[in-house]
Amino acid sequence: MARLLFVALLGWALAAPADEAFERRVSSLAHELRCLVCQNQTIADSNAPLAVDLRNQIREQLAAGKSERDVRAFMVERYGDFVLYRPPLKVSTVLLWAGPFLLLLTGAAILLARLRRRPPEPQLSPEERARAARLLE
Amino acid sequence: MRLWIVGLFVALVALLAVGLTLNPRQVPSPLIGKPAPPFELPLLHQPDKTFTQKDMLGQVWILNVWASWCPPCLVEHPVVTDLARSAPVVGLNYKDAREDALPWLARHGDPYRISVQDAAGRIAIDYGVYGVPETYVIDQKGVIRLKHIGPLTPEDANEKIRPLLKELGARG
Repeated sequence: MARLLFVALLGWALAAPADEAFERRVSSLAHELRCLVCQNQTIADSNAPLAVDLRNQIREQLAAGKSERDVRAFMVERYGDFVLYRPPLKVSTVLLWAGPFLLLLTGAAILLARLRRRPPEPQLSPEERARAARLLE
Repeated sequence: MRLWIVGLFVALVALLAVGLTLNPRQVPSPLIGKPAPPFELPLLHQPDKTFTQKDMLGQVWILNVWASWCPPCLVEHPVVTDLARSAPVVGLNYKDAREDALPWLARHGDPYRISVQDAAGRIAIDYGVYGVPETYVIDQKGVIRLKHIGPLTPEDANEKIRPLLKELGARG
């Protein structure tokens, strides 16, 4: 029994490859991939069975020496760009990327135009100024 | 001045209205027009034998991903059964147990020309499956021509699948 326990513990110690860096890679990649079952979660956050399977895929592929880029390509080949939380810049996504900046520029342009068109401040005569000061006291 | 603000508002409403009619579950598959991912899987009825997608070369066929634990699969079952008269349907039993899948087929009828078992769901990942049931139409050259996510309705079968099968020259 003691020997069995020892073997089990040894196995566990060996299997948990003091590889925190590796786990961090798996996790950071899982955080940028969308879970298609529950579309507003990443596969790191989701506990859907498919998300678990895909996390295992990431782990297996990184362990097999593939790069982050390879794993991302693997996912996109199967599920499309939608799987990426950071969509690539393409013709079909230009509006997505440029849209907010376009809106900002439009807003700034409107603001500038209105500011310029604002009527000048009314000019007060010295008497009016004195009267206003008295009223404000 | 006022007029173009109203115009802007109308354009925004139109944009959002179109967005509301789109189904976020129907994500366009990158697999359309690509060769069906290769696999070799055990037959559901005879686990010692295997089937590969190459066995279907030269035929137009339907791949239907299903599971006994999936209620929508039961909903679409009559439609799949009906489609099986227009083209051979291969059933891919997804993350299921044989002892659950076989009684399910016995109870509800078995429309599949061949049934294969993907117990780990690994092949389904290659096919980009994320919502069972899913259905693929694959042509004579082994190229995926259509992917349908979710249960097939009779309208899907009549308006999408059948016309495509006919165009491709499928034989039941």
